[in-house]
Amino acid sequence: MSRLKSFALAVWDFVVGDDWRTAAGVVLALALTAAIAGTTVAAWWVMPVAVLLLLALSLRRAAR
Amino acid sequence: MSGAEIGLALSVFLACAVEAVEALTIVLAVGTTRSWSSALWGVGAATLALAALIAALGPALTGLPINALRLVIGGLLLVFGLQWLRKAILRASGLKALHDETETFAEETEAALAAGAPAQGLDHYSFVVAFKGVLLEGLEVAFIVLTFGANQHRIGLAAVAAMLAVALVAGAGVGLHRPLARVPENTMKFAVGVMLTSFGMFWGTEGAGASWPGGDAALLVIIPAVLLCSIAMVPWLRRVHAARPSPAPRPAVTTERVSEPEPI
Repeated sequence: MSRLKSFALAVWDFVVGDDWRTAAGVVLALALTAAIAGTTVAAWWVMPVAVLLLLALSLRRAAR
Repeated sequence: MSGAEIGLALSVFLACAVEAVEALTIVLAVGTTRSWSSALWGVGAATLALAALIAALGPALTGLPINALRLVIGGLLLVFGLQWLRKAILRASGLKALHDETETFAEETEAALAAGAPAQGLDHYSFVVAFKGVLLEGLEVAFIVLTFGANQHRIGLAAVAAMLAVALVAGAGVGLHRPLARVPENTMKFAVGVMLTSFGMFWGTEGAGASWPGGDAALLVIIPAVLLCSIAMVPWLRRVHAARPSPAPRPAVTTERVSEPEPI
């Protein structure tokens, strides 16, 4: 069990890294894009705005 | 070759080259101080493990429906790319130390010498250190090869770009016989971060069911836009760091305890 836990933690650390908020933000932004794409409104703009905000917030947290 | 395929090959080549430079430093350190043959066995074993990983996961990924594949891979690439970009911007703005291959080589050499005399035959230390170094550095490349390659059904092209980068770095390392300290690692990592983030954003959006204006040509706007925004964040980050509140002054340390009773 501890090996499985270590493996899961290693995968988490490899993919998500040290800022889980950015990963969670990406998932939320993709979900929002999918939700808007289901309507008649254009949804392509969601990810660029989200990426810019997530990167800036992540950098600001690191700098402070 | 289409623009997306050129982007795929370039991203994999740059990512692989920069990781190969880091792995080369470790292999050179154990090879020159302990045992070349054992270090090279370690390199071979790690390379086989990475190739097996790509061969096993590649067909499984390419078998997924295209929209699910783009959503999952776009999301993963974006999370992964933002990590690379974040670290590269922090390094460029001076808030994170630059990777110094000469320093790493000196540390690895010191550790190899401190591990005692090399064993006859296969030197366990050299094998394990080389194996771990190549495997850990190579995992990120395997991830990029798999995600980029699977999404465009061009895992072969991605693998060729990766092998070319390894051959180039290994050739330079063998020729110079010292770490490649003058390779602009942070610039290369910055470029890889921009490519991973751009392609991740592009595929993630398409996988979520939205369409980009202009289709694939949107990448010609997305990549420069991500690059420009990232470059602009370097001076902004320096200002944020400079404007942060300074830590509260620490109370003066006294050696006398006046009011607190001594623990029993």
